Amino acid sequence: MRRSRRRRIGERAIEGALCLAAASSIAVTLGIVSTLVGEAVPFFQQVSLLEFLTDTMWTPLFAQARFGILPLVAGTLVTTAVALAVALPVGTLAAIYLSEYASRRVREVVKPILELLSAVPTVVYGYFALLFVTPALQRLIPGLPGFNMLSAGLVMGVMIVPYISSLSEDAMRAVPMHLREASYAVGASTFQTAVRVVVPAAVSGLAAAYILGVSRAVGETMIVAIAAGMQPHLTWNPLDPAATITAYIVQVSLGDLPHGSLGYQSIFAAGLTLMAITLVFNIAGHLLRKRFREAY
Amino acid sequence: MTDLRTAIARKRALDGLFALLALLALLTGLLALLALVVDLALDGAGRLSAQFLTSYPSRVPERAGILSAWVGTTLVMLVTALAAVPLGVAAGIYLEEYAPKHWLTDLIEINIANLAGVPSIVYGLMALGLLVYRLRLGQSILTGGLTLALLILPIVIVATREALRAVPGTVREAAYALGATRWQTVRDHVVTAATGGIITGIIVGLSRAIGETAPLVTIGALTFIAFLPPPPVQPNPPWISFDWLFAPFTVVPIQMFNWISRPQPAFHANAAATGLVLLAMTLAMNAVAIYLRYRLRRRLAW
Repeated sequence: MRRSRRRRIGERAIEGALCLAAASSIAVTLGIVSTLVGEAVPFFQQVSLLEFLTDTMWTPLFAQARFGILPLVAGTLVTTAVALAVALPVGTLAAIYLSEYASRRVREVVKPILELLSAVPTVVYGYFALLFVTPALQRLIPGLPGFNMLSAGLVMGVMIVPYISSLSEDAMRAVPMHLREASYAVGASTFQTAVRVVVPAAVSGLAAAYILGVSRAVGETMIVAIAAGMQPHLTWNPLDPAATITAYIVQVSLGDLPHGSLGYQSIFAAGLTLMAITLVFNIAGHLLRKRFREAY
Repeated sequence: MTDLRTAIARKRALDGLFALLALLALLTGLLALLALVVDLALDGAGRLSAQFLTSYPSRVPERAGILSAWVGTTLVMLVTALAAVPLGVAAGIYLEEYAPKHWLTDLIEINIANLAGVPSIVYGLMALGLLVYRLRLGQSILTGGLTLALLILPIVIVATREALRAVPGTVREAAYALGATRWQTVRDHVVTAATGGIITGIIVGLSRAIGETAPLVTIGALTFIAFLPPPPVQPNPPWISFDWLFAPFTVVPIQMFNWISRPQPAFHANAAATGLVLLAMTLAMNAVAIYLRYRLRRRLAW
């Protein structure tokens, strides 16, 4: 009798400890939000939100400091757009090939190799962008500066391909076989079946894959910090050098800013902006992915 | 009749063309990986030597090495694994085996999905504000290891849950039928059966942590370290020392970043050699994970 009671207490204690471990993930989120907001609040007490959102210069470390986030947002958007221009077509087509054309054996070999692309450390991609892709591009585009958003974006696109192809392929393979069989039965080719039946049926899964890809690109740091330069500069031309939100945080961290200064706080304001952008994409992607899981 | 034939021929041609295009897209990805590896090998293989692995960084590129970097990476990974593995596996076990279905569990689940999408540099900012300054852990190995542990926590949790989910309910029912308690069932049967999958997830998580640069740059890991942290084993009593936890550090990807940022080509060769070391570590870990996953899938015949 006593033994079973002790046993019950032991069981309870273990369940409590495990629950605490699971709840720690919420503590991490609280830690992130409270730190970003806590350091950004004093920043916004000195810099008005209006200036932050509308000024076209970002020079927090200059004598005449200006705090407009637009140049950093522009840099982030341009590199993301270039990356998506590579990753969306390549990732989607690769997924269609793996899901609709490739034999089981080819898929089993190729898919893990493709996924290695996302295992390569980003600093290695940065090296590749700066010292291989940029010199190659300079031969095609004379006058291209050594730091430019094009090369960083292209390499970032390669990095994102597996995120997109992997999720897209899962979505397409979740499309039930009888839809394909019905399409083949009325004489459609593999191409017609893939484009007119499988892709439309998997569309919410594809959208989720794309959105998570965008969120990856927006938050990517080392490739852009190495290959696109770290000078904030309002431009929409991918051939120009410019800093992204993430590159600015790296640039400040490399220096020696005193704790509590306005420059120190500015990286938290930048981080909060980054977090807000990616959060919107992550939630949208999560909801879409849930929907495609429930569809069949 | 001929109309129909040409229509079919056109359809076939289009199908073949599209298959070719899709295959090309797939090959683009694989070729990019190949180009990257070959480029690094051409630039850096000449610098790889025993001297490179056993020297400190130096102002003279030919004499520089990555000793402090790989020792730093090893120690940081030790802290990361010790923190992330127990916490992540425990959280995964709770969510999969214990958690009742209610709003708190839902919240934890959405939260973990979101954490997996938070950019790594944001973890760095959190660590800078919270661990470095508020908890006063300093810019130390402990801070670096904990930062990366939090970063890979969602990966470990998700992998643990997937591995547990693959264990069939009959295993649990058999244990309960013999009078085992819930914890005994989970510990002795469910987790044992899922060990392979859990280890695969841990390896993937750690390989991600090894290559991470941005969060460690943010917490202020140094880029030039010409000494090693104090050894954990001391010649005098009490023989074991934890001073290394609070030592400043650098890691392999940060050393590489530092050399890329310099203008001299000789340092770029050092960066390429460092990249080769880094790539070898991460790709080897991923290869082990892929192999484990492959073997598990073949052996699983519930």
